[in-house]
Formats: sequence, C-alpha cells, structure tokens
Amino acid sequence: MAPDWSEKRRHIMSQGQTAATTGLATDSARHAGTARVKRGMAEMLKGGVIMDVVTAEQARIAEDAGAVAVMALERVPADIRAQGGVARMSDPDMISEIIEAVSIPVMAKARIGHFVEAQVLQALGVDYVDESEVLTPADPHHHIDKWSFTVPFVCGATNLGEALRRLAEGAAMIRSKGEAGTGEVSNAVVHMRTIRAEIGRLAALPAEELYAAAKELRAPVELVAEVARLGRLPVVLFTAGGIATPADAALMMQLGADGVFVGSGIFKSGDPARRARAIVEATTMFNDPDVLVKVSRGLGEAMVGINVAELPSAARYADRGW
Amino acid sequence: MSGPRIGILALQGDVREHARALSAVGARPVEVRRAAELAAVDGLVLPGGESTTIGRLLRVFELLEPLRAAVVAGLPVFGSCAGMILLARDVVDGRPDQPLIGGLDMVVRRNAFGRQVDSFEVDLDVDGVEGPPVHAVFIRAPWVEKAGDTVEVLARVAEAPVAVRQGPLLATAFHPELTGDSRMHRLFVDIVRSSGSGR
Repeated sequence: MAPDWSEKRRHIMSQGQTAATTGLATDSARHAGTARVKRGMAEMLKGGVIMDVVTAEQARIAEDAGAVAVMALERVPADIRAQGGVARMSDPDMISEIIEAVSIPVMAKARIGHFVEAQVLQALGVDYVDESEVLTPADPHHHIDKWSFTVPFVCGATNLGEALRRLAEGAAMIRSKGEAGTGEVSNAVVHMRTIRAEIGRLAALPAEELYAAAKELRAPVELVAEVARLGRLPVVLFTAGGIATPADAALMMQLGADGVFVGSGIFKSGDPARRARAIVEATTMFNDPDVLVKVSRGLGEAMVGINVAELPSAARYADRGW
Repeated sequence: MSGPRIGILALQGDVREHARALSAVGARPVEVRRAAELAAVDGLVLPGGESTTIGRLLRVFELLEPLRAAVVAGLPVFGSCAGMILLARDVVDGRPDQPLIGGLDMVVRRNAFGRQVDSFEVDLDVDGVEGPPVHAVFIRAPWVEKAGDTVEVLARVAEAPVAVRQGPLLATAFHPELTGDSRMHRLFVDIVRSSGSGR
C-alpha cells in the first residue's frame, strides 16, 4: 500500500494550527477534518446533482427533486454575467436560512484566495466551500491554503495540472470548470475530456518519466505518481459550467464525471422543479436512453443561454485561477 | 468455488468503494439499478450517499416495493450510513416523506453527529470482528436512537449504537468501505454464505 501522501502533507502543513473543530468532537480519540473525512464526504455525493440556489424556497425545491446537496449563493452565474459588478460570498443570513431549510448538505462559494470568506463559511457550518472562479477573484497569485481548514473545499479545474495544484493546496474534490452561466456545455466537455486524457497519458508512462511529467504539469511529483498509479484523481471529479438539460448531465456522466453541478440551468428555466427532477434522474440513469427520452419530455423552456465562442476573453470565468 | 454475487444499489453514492471492498473478500459485486437485477443477487449492499436522494430514486425507478419484499423474504442486506437509514423502520431529523426500506427494528437519527465539520475518524471495537479495532469513518453520520430487543448492537460511540445486526441485516453508521479494511465486508459475506442463498 502506497503512503497517503496527502494525509502526510496535511499534517506537515497544519503544524501549529489548531483545527477549529466544533461541537461534538470532544473525544480526544476522534479526528475531525482529516483528508479522509473531507474526501469521503465528496465520495458520498457521487452519482448525484448539486444545485445552485439563492433562496430557502429554491433549496427546498432542489431537495424535493433529489439533489444530493445545494450550493448557496447570492446570484446564479447567469445573473452575475448579466448584472456585472463584484461577485462575493453570500449574505450569512441567506446561507443560514438555507441550512435551516434543508436536511441535505449545503455548500457555499468563497472568492479565489479569500480565506476570510472561507473562515466565515466554516463558522456558519456549511458542509463544503467552493473556491470559485464564478466569484470575482480576491487574490491574483494565491489560492486559499485549504489544509488549514476543517471544512472541505471543492475547486474548479480546466486541466490535470490545475486540478493537481488545487489538490496540493488541500482541495478534497475537483469539478471541471466549464463556462458557468452560459447554459452551453462545450467547455465542460472540453475540460472533462482534457483531464481524462491527461490522466490516461500519465497512467501509460514509465515511472522514470513521471518527474518530467510533473514539471510539465506544474504539479507535485507525489500527486502525479499517485494519479498515474490510480488511473484517476485521488478525489471525486464532478463536472460544472453550462449544464442545462438532462441530456447535458448524461453526456458529462458518460464522459466520466462522478456527478454534476447545475448552476443557472435549473432556476433560469421555465419549470425548475420538473427540470431539477429530470436532471437528477438522467444523472442516475445516464446510460439508459429510454429513461433519457422519458425525462427529457415536456420540460418547458431551457435557460436561454450564451454561446461561449461569442464571449470576450474578459468574460470567461474558466480563465480565472491558474 | 466462486464467491457470492452481491448487488450494490447504484442509484447514488459510493458504489465503487463498496465494490472494491467486496472484491477484496472474494465476493462478486454487481451494480443494481433495476428490480430485475435485484432478483439475481445473493445479498445486497446499500451504499453511503444521501438517503433522501436514494429514497426518492427508489420510488421513481420502482425499486422500493421489490426491495421491501426482498428484505421480508430474507435477502441479506448491509447498509452503511445512508444505507443504515434506509434499513430503519423510522428516522428522526429526516424528511417526513422520506421513503425507507425498513427491515431492521430500529429508529435512526439522521446527521446525529452534526454537520460535515463534525465528521470524524475513530478506532472502534466491533463485536464479531476479530483483531485490532476497526478504523471507522463517520461522515454526517446517523446513530441508532432506539433498537428493538432482537437487534444486536455490535459497536457504540459515546453510548449510541453505530453498528447493528438483526438476522441477515447488517448496518453501520460509519463507512468501512473508505478505509481499505475489509473485515466488515467479510462479516457480511459470511452472513450471505450462511444464509443459504449463496449459489
């Protein structure tokens, strides 16, 4: 059994920091906030749909539809695009209302590099923090040091190197970035295919070539070797950014996603409750065209959408982060 | 001799981890999404995941009644975390309309240990598992609030039962599939073998 490099890393990185374990973790033999507990939480979300919600009412609709978690945010990406301005962490009152409203896990977004927003979200009791390119980045050079938190983090990636750099910083779950708020799935497809293809190439390399591969990927060689050995990321890989229909969700699952984030696609559509249910069912039965036909009928209007090719580069969220 | 064929309910959750653990103890894991697939297994694992999501999908894909019937007919079932909730006769702090399979005479409290920041790992002595303690991973985990007289409590955390068995039904609030220690799965495969449905 190979050593769990990430677990060691966590201990190295958190020397001298006292994890802010809350509540019931009184028994000294209990260990909270470990890499296994953080990554394990994401394993439990596999095969599921995580939905963006901006109100407690939307959170209830998402839970009723079978969402495995909700992402609490102030504006869905489509509105951030339309309205402009600085996009920040949501109002704590709104997040608390959503936590109260549902029994499923609640995630929330912090700006890239904004570790204080993440501290606030952890203190609020959110179950996962998304260090997200959809919000306006707070630091052009550094992402959050995610090892120093008890709450786990999910981060976006457009390619394998980016995913591994986020893991090196302590992310416990990765999502392909796609292009949020467009309702256009092409970037999600490209990012998922890229990550999977790069993993495939690594897995085929002789061990002595992994050092140079790590250099090219700009990622720690230990993580590169772990991915080569496993033939997948050591954490769950979801997809995000532009998923608007049940067929989009099934497409991403067939391309190898472990699960799906849907942002604007549900609550910017004509019949959110019905579309939410349909996307959940399509994600479960992604390989069954008969189910996909059935759930795709009568959904009403999909979100209008923006063609990614027509977006100016400054409006592309996937380019944020590095 | 080939191992028993053990289904893993694959509507949502950590199916892959259970498949690996079952293979490690010589069983043949198969994914179950349809009632017809259920009919072809010697035992069934209900994985970790979101119990509300899995419950709703059980209804949508018409698996709830076939599963209840299979449990009544004596199919051995092992549920971890969400799977434990699904095996309970009632749930506290769940959703009022949350569908349960039932079978195990217990009431379970959902998210009993708290939210994700309270999730933890701990070493646990489990009755019926020989050797060193089981390293148990609790993630937004439930506990058993009330158990009937015929339910055997195999392990506790702070007084609360977190591993139970009643005949061919086994349930843990923790996730033995996440640790690489397959002893809980071996215990379940032994239950399947001795239940006589092994073919």
